[in-house]
Amino acid sequence: MAKGTIKVNQDECKGCGLCVESCPQKGMELSPELNHYGIHPAFLNNDKCTGCGICYFVCPEPGALTVYKLAAGQTTADLAQHAEVAHAATV
Amino acid sequence: MNDYTVVHEKAPAFFDRFARKDENQHQTHYCPGCGHGVVHKMIADALTELGVQQRTILVSPVGCSVFAYYYFDTGNVQAAHGRAPAVATALKRSNPESIVISYQGDGDLAAIGTAEIVHAANRGENITVFFVNNSIYGMTGGQMAPTTLLGQISTTTPWGRRPNNDGMPIKMCEMLSALEAPAYIERVALSDAKHILQARKAVKKALELQTQHAGFSMVEILSPCPTILKMEPTVARHWVGEVLAKQFPLGVYRDHRAEFVPVDVPQKPLAELLGLGGEKLSDAERQSRRKNTQARTIKVAGFGGQGVLLLGQLLAEMGMREHMEVSWLPSYGPEMRSGSAHCHVTLAHERIGAPVITRPEVLIAMNEPSLRKFGPMVQVGGMILYNGRELPEDLQFEGTTVHCIPASQIADEIGAAKVANVVMLGAMLEATNCLPLATARTVLADMVKNPKLSEMNDRALDVGREYLDQDVLALAVAGPDGCGE
Repeated sequence: MAKGTIKVNQDECKGCGLCVESCPQKGMELSPELNHYGIHPAFLNNDKCTGCGICYFVCPEPGALTVYKLAAGQTTADLAQHAEVAHAATV
Repeated sequence: MNDYTVVHEKAPAFFDRFARKDENQHQTHYCPGCGHGVVHKMIADALTELGVQQRTILVSPVGCSVFAYYYFDTGNVQAAHGRAPAVATALKRSNPESIVISYQGDGDLAAIGTAEIVHAANRGENITVFFVNNSIYGMTGGQMAPTTLLGQISTTTPWGRRPNNDGMPIKMCEMLSALEAPAYIERVALSDAKHILQARKAVKKALELQTQHAGFSMVEILSPCPTILKMEPTVARHWVGEVLAKQFPLGVYRDHRAEFVPVDVPQKPLAELLGLGGEKLSDAERQSRRKNTQARTIKVAGFGGQGVLLLGQLLAEMGMREHMEVSWLPSYGPEMRSGSAHCHVTLAHERIGAPVITRPEVLIAMNEPSLRKFGPMVQVGGMILYNGRELPEDLQFEGTTVHCIPASQIADEIGAAKVANVVMLGAMLEATNCLPLATARTVLADMVKNPKLSEMNDRALDVGREYLDQDVLALAVAGPDGCGE
């Protein structure tokens, strides 16, 4: 289970792809679907996110990305449901 | 996501919604992949981390980032093109505890605003400048900027920039680091994640130095403009690293403030410098000292040479002696050479906002053209003192008390045409009672050094008063509309 995760604001993302290129885990991808504004927004496509925040730093939009890290002392075992939540938040 | 904690999110230094237009308030107006957004986030995060958002004033420039005030929940001022460092200077000096940021692009800072940035840096103003350099005029559609690279195509260099015709790309960091005053100058780039992280550190450091009153700090940020460069956002930022950063080398250009050798200049109190004795009064004392005075807005107008401006100065000086708030605003320049001259005098009991008077309470018109020009502007219930035996036949001023005093003629009889203005002063003081007569005598004695003229001034003052008294008497006899005292 991932040490971190992110949430993409699907409406604010402009699909520039800087996070896709920058993610050290190759975890970002542009959605094949168009959003309401005719843009292919980014989403997290694997469970290797470390919560490093690089996608946030390179993203030009103030609120398009929110980065989460697993709370200290937490194990990854019981987080299956959170992955679903995280996934739901990105789609 | 109960077990996850937020580590990075939209900084509180941003507004929740960006109310630039009715639609699309959830995102910035910048193009996809624009460097401005990345820099905005660096600044917003740094303001939060340093805890200075509430005392920050951001000066936005002209350029794509002109709308920065829709994004930053800080104090905001939008400056004219290139003037942001000058505006920032004023903001910082008048609010020394504020954190003042001048946010500028290369057209703004390196072209039209070259003078402002050079002198703000040279004065060592304790402000922080973020200089976003994308080598092109973005907002206006891709014209050559001073920072445009040699050979780079722009709408105004369609075959590429040529040094023999267009000069060389201007290197602001190198230029400004030749000055002694700046405290910190660094150039960074938004070319990839690693460099963006370095840029974040530089942005935060620059702001932190300002909190320590370290002096002038500037970070130049090489930034992609995917739209004008006609590149994909990822390609544009590679270009920044591989091409732009070759011409504009990254690095720290200044990391300390030169030690100024203190120059000991004795600072005299202003009042002492002006020979005013430097009397210090409490507000209550000031109030009581002003009780013999009345607030007035006065316009004095006439030909150049009639002592129009001097009369204004006399009034202002008298007001000052009576501890009033005063202002004196002359009309300057070609307008007054051998033509009409005028000045505005405000005598007030409160602080004066603007020294310009559009609707004066009192007009002293030293000639007919001035009367015709400014008479209609006098407030209802106001007063006109006209240098003449009577009003021209075709003129009348409803709701205004008019006193005609043939001051030039009286002055001639006294022996010097130039004391006509003092005749009018005497009449005006008698008519309005706005300042004590004794003060007029003192000020005249102090300001006019020639003893012969001084003596004539004294007489002029008295004759003006007496004439006014007779005039009032005549008005009172003539009808009920006279100002009969």
